[in-house]
Amino acid sequence: MNVLQFPILSLMTYLPLVGVFFISLLPKECKGGVRWTALAFTIADLLVSLWIPVYFDQTTAQMQFVEKVSWIPSLGVTYFFGLDGISLWLVLLTTFLSVIAVICSWESVSMRLKEYYAFILMLETGMLGVFFSLDFFLFYIFWEVMLVPMYFLIGIWGSDRRLYSAIKFFLYTLFGGVIMLLGILAVYFYHGAQTGVYTFDILDLMKLSYPSTPILTLLGFSFSFQDLVWLAFFLGFAIKVPMFPFHTWLPDAHTDAPTAGSVILAGVLLKMGTYGFIRINLPLLPESTQHFVPMIMILSIIAIIYGALVCMVQTDMKRLIAYSSVSHMGFIVLGMFALNPQGVQGSIIQMVNHGLSTGALFLIVGLIYDRRHTRQISEFGGLSKQMPVYATLFAIIMFSSMGLPGLNGFIGEFLILIGAFKENYVWAAFAVTGIVLGAAYMLWLYQRTMFGALENPKNADLPDLSFRELTTLVPIIVMCFWIGLYPSPFLSRTEASVNYILARVHKQQAVAEPALSDSTQLATGHIEACAKPCQSGPVLPVKGPALDHAGASRD
Amino acid sequence: MGLVAMVILMLDFIAPKGGRDWLGYLSILGVLATFTTLMGQRGATQLAFSGQYLSDPFAFFFKIVFLVSAALILLMSIGHLKSEGIDKGEFYGLILFATLGMMLMVSAVDLLILYIGLETMSISIYILAGFLKRERRSGEAALKYLLMGGFSSAIMLYGIVMLYGLTGTIGLREIASTLSADTASNPALILAMVMLVAGFGFKIAAVPFHMYIPDVYEGAPTPVAALLAAASEAAGLAILLRVFLVAIPELQDRWTLLFYALSLLTMTVGNVVAIAQSNIKRMLAYSSIAHIGYLLIGVVAGRELGISAILLYTLIYALMTLGVFAMVILLCVGKVKGERIDDFTGLAQRSPMAAAAMLIFLLSLAGVPPTAGFVGKLYLFGAAIEQGYIWLAVIAVINSAISVFYYMKVVVAMYMRDLPPQGLTLSASRPLRVALFVTLAGTIAIGIYPGPFLELARASVAGLW
Repeated sequence: MNVLQFPILSLMTYLPLVGVFFISLLPKECKGGVRWTALAFTIADLLVSLWIPVYFDQTTAQMQFVEKVSWIPSLGVTYFFGLDGISLWLVLLTTFLSVIAVICSWESVSMRLKEYYAFILMLETGMLGVFFSLDFFLFYIFWEVMLVPMYFLIGIWGSDRRLYSAIKFFLYTLFGGVIMLLGILAVYFYHGAQTGVYTFDILDLMKLSYPSTPILTLLGFSFSFQDLVWLAFFLGFAIKVPMFPFHTWLPDAHTDAPTAGSVILAGVLLKMGTYGFIRINLPLLPESTQHFVPMIMILSIIAIIYGALVCMVQTDMKRLIAYSSVSHMGFIVLGMFALNPQGVQGSIIQMVNHGLSTGALFLIVGLIYDRRHTRQISEFGGLSKQMPVYATLFAIIMFSSMGLPGLNGFIGEFLILIGAFKENYVWAAFAVTGIVLGAAYMLWLYQRTMFGALENPKNADLPDLSFRELTTLVPIIVMCFWIGLYPSPFLSRTEASVNYILARVHKQQAVAEPALSDSTQLATGHIEACAKPCQSGPVLPVKGPALDHAGASRD
Repeated sequence: MGLVAMVILMLDFIAPKGGRDWLGYLSILGVLATFTTLMGQRGATQLAFSGQYLSDPFAFFFKIVFLVSAALILLMSIGHLKSEGIDKGEFYGLILFATLGMMLMVSAVDLLILYIGLETMSISIYILAGFLKRERRSGEAALKYLLMGGFSSAIMLYGIVMLYGLTGTIGLREIASTLSADTASNPALILAMVMLVAGFGFKIAAVPFHMYIPDVYEGAPTPVAALLAAASEAAGLAILLRVFLVAIPELQDRWTLLFYALSLLTMTVGNVVAIAQSNIKRMLAYSSIAHIGYLLIGVVAGRELGISAILLYTLIYALMTLGVFAMVILLCVGKVKGERIDDFTGLAQRSPMAAAAMLIFLLSLAGVPPTAGFVGKLYLFGAAIEQGYIWLAVIAVINSAISVFYYMKVVVAMYMRDLPPQGLTLSASRPLRVALFVTLAGTIAIGIYPGPFLELARASVAGLW
């Protein structure tokens, strides 16, 4: 259903493209015009997206604001856009960070402006398209389309080794993408052969359960059809996240990307991977999801600890933050595959948190890079005396990233850890060490750059933040406090969808283990006892809307 | 039906020699007239020339590909021939003759006619490949192509003769009806099949029969290389499909296995070797080899889905590869031949529109959505998965990820390297602009709205068996 009776999702997706069109009309010399056009269109998109949480119905797990039009009938491809509690906040994060990306490039990018802003706007279209698509064909198109502008942003406006990093980014993600495509085709043909209906509609494909009897044995492990499909999707998403063995593109891409590129990359692009897990792997292939939980947990814990340890030895600020993303994304995956409401809700809110705080950290590094054209930690020290405002904001964001109570990071990490503890306390114990290490490397970074004596004479007359620079950081900090102090509007809107997805994952176990409800209620009570304002609410798998979810979501 | 086509083409060829541009335009007009005639026969199936010539939807589809390619190549050639100093009337005539040969090939339901069509096409292209008389490598290309082509024709002819000896007929359907499950294991028949595979392998430049292709692409005039890539290999594939599916379906298990190996080898070698190329025409040669590898997936998958995927992909491939060749021609100004990848350096700043067009063609070749190349690959790989050839599909997608690497080399040159100081201004002649526009529009349109093209490809294979 679409409460607005108006294709708001398509409007949001294609509005930036209109901006690209206007930018292409402007003369090259009109730099101000290009910047303002880009800003106007990203702000307009943000304003449009603000309607969504207002009209969002949090009582249902169904897709909302649905647009569905037949596109390639002979292949069963539909133009199918929709949004639920899982994508809601990621969409807002995207429109929000796009505005920030435009503002933060205002002065730091002066070369080939038209192309630059055109690519940023195209990127916004691609990202929103991924979050809205409910048809695999469409999903894959946006998934790949998104790569191209990012590739150019790194390759043209990046620093030192930009060509290497850009192609590495492109190849890694494309490789994951094409493997995912195989998974999509396998599901498509299996569904077609079983039901006679060939469709790429994700919700329709979810109605069927895919065979989980082993068909292939490799190296002593046996895999079912569902497992193989699951692995194909996993590879596509895990490279994007990036999970532990697939993460090597990330530090390079981040280090060499321009600031806006890093902000979007960390803020939104990485979330595509975790979003893919929760949108596709969990509900579409539930048996395999449970089958692979131990593997995922081990990989996430390695990512959490290894990422944090590698951060400790970095000499480049941007690289350090890039590796901290590996660690933080490990948390998100860990929470998600705890497969209980706290874990999954925590991971969704943590996706938003990570987008905000890591995005802001990249801004922080970008600001200092604009001034000094170096990111080496050893070049700095004692900046807090010279740039007090900068140091203060840096501190707040650092605390947010570390998960200090009162700020957004805490809510996410807390929920994730509860989720993990409920499943297996060993996992949680390992994960907690990641938080400790996280505090260590962040504080140490802060200490080395902000405190101490201002020894390097080049830092002696650095100007503090300008008004424009404040407009990039302050909104993010406001959001960090909001989520940290009053997260219930965020959590309550994701709840129904999370419960629906978990009901699908546990469809056999919910029957087999009635004990599930007891333990979850216990945990809910625990949250309330902690006086956290998060409303995890009834966590019993919701049966009613779950079963007719896909059918009823049609317009 | 085909008669009309032939008459027009012949007339065109006989028309005044030593011509100028107008001869090129006249040829285009001829192609368009043939196209109109062809459109009149849409959906019809008709046997002609005492059952040797069949115009069916399958042939119809390939004829569209050939005619569109021929028209685009003629458009590209008009300005290019002048700047290369080979502004001769024969060029247009030979292109038309080659097209005629291809049209004859795809309509042949008889091994003899098929062979005649093949030779008509090949001989025209031998001459065309050596058209740059003053350049040694053009001569080398022509000679190499002639020798290899002649050799492969002989092998194929040997296969045809053995098939005739075994069955006593040259009609494709008659051959099929004389073969039975018992005769399928006849060693002579298998030898004939292997001969045919090798012969066709040369024609479509499948690895290991591909050695001549890079030299020919590099040496031949660019429009001729475009003709090879877009049309001649498609024609080879078309007759391959018809011969194997119609005449010897009895042996499907065996030739599927052969094509499986060929497909794997072809796409892998093509893509890996393409990475090392610095001449864009050589790179395109290896890329075309890789695409033949992808297309063979369709042969392996067989069935309606696989074959219609091949049809669709030949159309898409023709459009996108012609687009790239048109770009090479566009960059061919004065001393810059547009052949080295370095010639593309800084194009995005010199001419943003041209660079954007090239970008779209390259993304399409790499199979990145929302371009036509993606739809084509999706369909091909889908056919493989549907038939259970999972590993082939896995290798294919890995290959298409590899291919991104070398296509992106050109993109890097265009967008990410600084403009060299002696940047020349580009001036596209009007026909070249039209060619670029058509290929670009096609590449985008099939990518975004492939429905009608899919339908056409599906309808075209329906009556093949």
